[in-house]
Amino acid sequence: MRVALFVTCINDTLHPDTGRAVITLLERLGVEVGFPEEQSCCGQPQFNTGYRHLTEPLVRRYERAFRDYDYVVTPSGSCAAMVRDNYPRIAERAAAEGRDGRDLAEAAARAVPKTYELTEFLADVLKVTDVGAYYPHTVTYHPTCHGLRMLRLGDRPRRLLEHVKGLELRELPGAEECCGFGGTFAVKNPAVSAAMGADKVRAVRETGAEAVCTVDNSCLLHIGGMLRREGAAARPVHIAEILAATEADTRKPAGREGSPR
Amino acid sequence: MSGTYLGMPAFPAAAASSTQDGRLRANLRYATHTIRDKRAKAVAELDDWARLRAAGAAVKDRTLRHLDHYLEQLEEAVTAAGGQVHWAADAAEANAIVARLVRETGEREVVKVKSMATQETGLNRALAEAGISAYETDLAELIVQLGDDLPSHILVPAIHRNRGEIRDIFREQMGRWGRAAPEGLSDAPGELAEAARLHLREKFLNAKVGISGANFMVAETGTLVVVESEGNGRMCLTLPETLISVVGIEKIVPTWQDLEIFLQLLPRSSTAERMNPYTSMWTGTTDGDGPRTFHLVLLDNGRTDTLADTVGRQALRCIRCSACLNVCPVYERAGGHAYGSAYPGPIGAILTPQLRGTASELDASLPYASSLCGACYEVCPVAIDIPEVLVHLRERVVQGGKVTRRGVKTVLKPAKGHAAERAAMRAAGFAFDHPGVLRAGQRLAGRTRRLHPRRLPGPGHAWSDTRDLPPVPAESFRDWWRRTRGEERGK
Repeated sequence: MRVALFVTCINDTLHPDTGRAVITLLERLGVEVGFPEEQSCCGQPQFNTGYRHLTEPLVRRYERAFRDYDYVVTPSGSCAAMVRDNYPRIAERAAAEGRDGRDLAEAAARAVPKTYELTEFLADVLKVTDVGAYYPHTVTYHPTCHGLRMLRLGDRPRRLLEHVKGLELRELPGAEECCGFGGTFAVKNPAVSAAMGADKVRAVRETGAEAVCTVDNSCLLHIGGMLRREGAAARPVHIAEILAATEADTRKPAGREGSPR
Repeated sequence: MSGTYLGMPAFPAAAASSTQDGRLRANLRYATHTIRDKRAKAVAELDDWARLRAAGAAVKDRTLRHLDHYLEQLEEAVTAAGGQVHWAADAAEANAIVARLVRETGEREVVKVKSMATQETGLNRALAEAGISAYETDLAELIVQLGDDLPSHILVPAIHRNRGEIRDIFREQMGRWGRAAPEGLSDAPGELAEAARLHLREKFLNAKVGISGANFMVAETGTLVVVESEGNGRMCLTLPETLISVVGIEKIVPTWQDLEIFLQLLPRSSTAERMNPYTSMWTGTTDGDGPRTFHLVLLDNGRTDTLADTVGRQALRCIRCSACLNVCPVYERAGGHAYGSAYPGPIGAILTPQLRGTASELDASLPYASSLCGACYEVCPVAIDIPEVLVHLRERVVQGGKVTRRGVKTVLKPAKGHAAERAAMRAAGFAFDHPGVLRAGQRLAGRTRRLHPRRLPGPGHAWSDTRDLPPVPAESFRDWWRRTRGEERGK
């Protein structure tokens, strides 16, 4: 079984800890993980903003980068959903526009079935719920929209968290409501985005949890940015970093650090 | 509010002011969450909901593919049953037809059943200009009309009002339109309903002309269907001598058997009821019973153009249930007026830019009025993939492209104001397709990280006004990988 990490552009640039956590976790579970450096971005920011044509080279690049692997695992619900839902659509639209969409269609057909969001890979391929993690903190889980409604992750992330030693899971009120990030929505409609974020952050604070956890760092960028602006104690943490943490871990408990200043 | 959506600001500005209105936010949050939870329960009662939904979508799609055929079948059936059919290419034509038909009766007053089509065409205003008073008889539409306001929700047009505000509107305005509100009217729902009942009774009994829309038109028999909760519709559809119905051409279902699907989908999705209290159906005219004259005005107003778009046409399946509004986190914070159209919420964000085009700043901003969270698609009883159409329309805004306008194929230019974004997207696209460039950018950001401002200048303030920026790590993941593992594994 050849497994590759698709780290995603946001994690690569802003959250390398999440990528390292996936490597640590999968290697602990006996999976050898490769990182083809040809990979870059899934194309979601361009696609969702209306620049579908700019995503076509990225569809081809994705397929090329991961051609030699059986599985592509990514610590992002929305990037996995982009590949699975939109790559075939991009090929169809190219064909409908009278351009040859065959190479795109082939790329999509090869990329889609091997692409897994991290918790899907753990639950459906490795079939584990107890990954041997230790995280002695109170945590609340926010199911992100694309994980919830596009990938239909269901209770996979929750079951994994429930088996983490020391972790106390706190119910998040209104969990299934969008946090208000929405990619460029956050800057195109900043007032509504912030109003949605404020409600989400209030719900997180109500739980009293030390950390808010998701399968997507892009949502955490928004939720965490608002928590920090409010000076709230709760910190954003990607589920991979919780699942990677162990008792033997001498590092600080996983979680996003404060400002480097 | 002055009864028109013309000249309203683009969505982000209008929505920004709504988010500051605490009372509006509270009214909307309470109302949308209540109905959202009730809908979920009502839908969960049916174990074949997913199949009903698929059937609803399939029937609508098939009907739309053969719309010309079914429209002619409908016209024939309505005419054979004693009705008269009129065809309106746009809102102005529909309004002119209705005004002429009312004038021909010699009447100066009409009563109205709640109708989205006539909100879309701005009929009340057009009739007023023709010297005809149109009285809304749906309770929420009455509140909106008395308050010189605009509807902000498809099903509950006065959702932005709470009962205290409604009491004030009734006290101050009812007397100017007809029977005044009772002395000492309180904000108890029962008292408010009774005040409306007394006020409207006078209108129903005097009216000689009724105006309605329709939820469905059955092509095989020429039957029109109105579903409602209050009974005002039944009054308007049966008491007047003349009935004029203005209906969008996409409201057709071929047969009564098809109707059965929608009469299950609609009430549960809209009011969370197993069946709505009143379902009125009529076929042309019947001697000695109901209106003696029946006119059907079939409204196009951009629908045929929308049908020409293979991605966008699914919006025409809409049965106006408003489930998408009730689950939408953006609608809940922005309110219905920010959408600048009779169709607010997610469905409005895909319908308005197709029916009206994307030429105005407001209409071009609507496809962006969504975080693409997908809650709307999940609840849509006819499976309209609203996020898919939103993204498709964003593409139309930033890239232009082929569209159909008034039946003519034309090529749209990209909208103004997206040049900087386009350049940024192209630059990002280049970097993402050249990982060496990406790596160089990451290293630059990492090395300069202590110099990054806490708040961004220029357009970046849209992010940093309310959120801190994430700290940039000293080393990107790909650099870490290359430094620690590059030689042994990976490529």
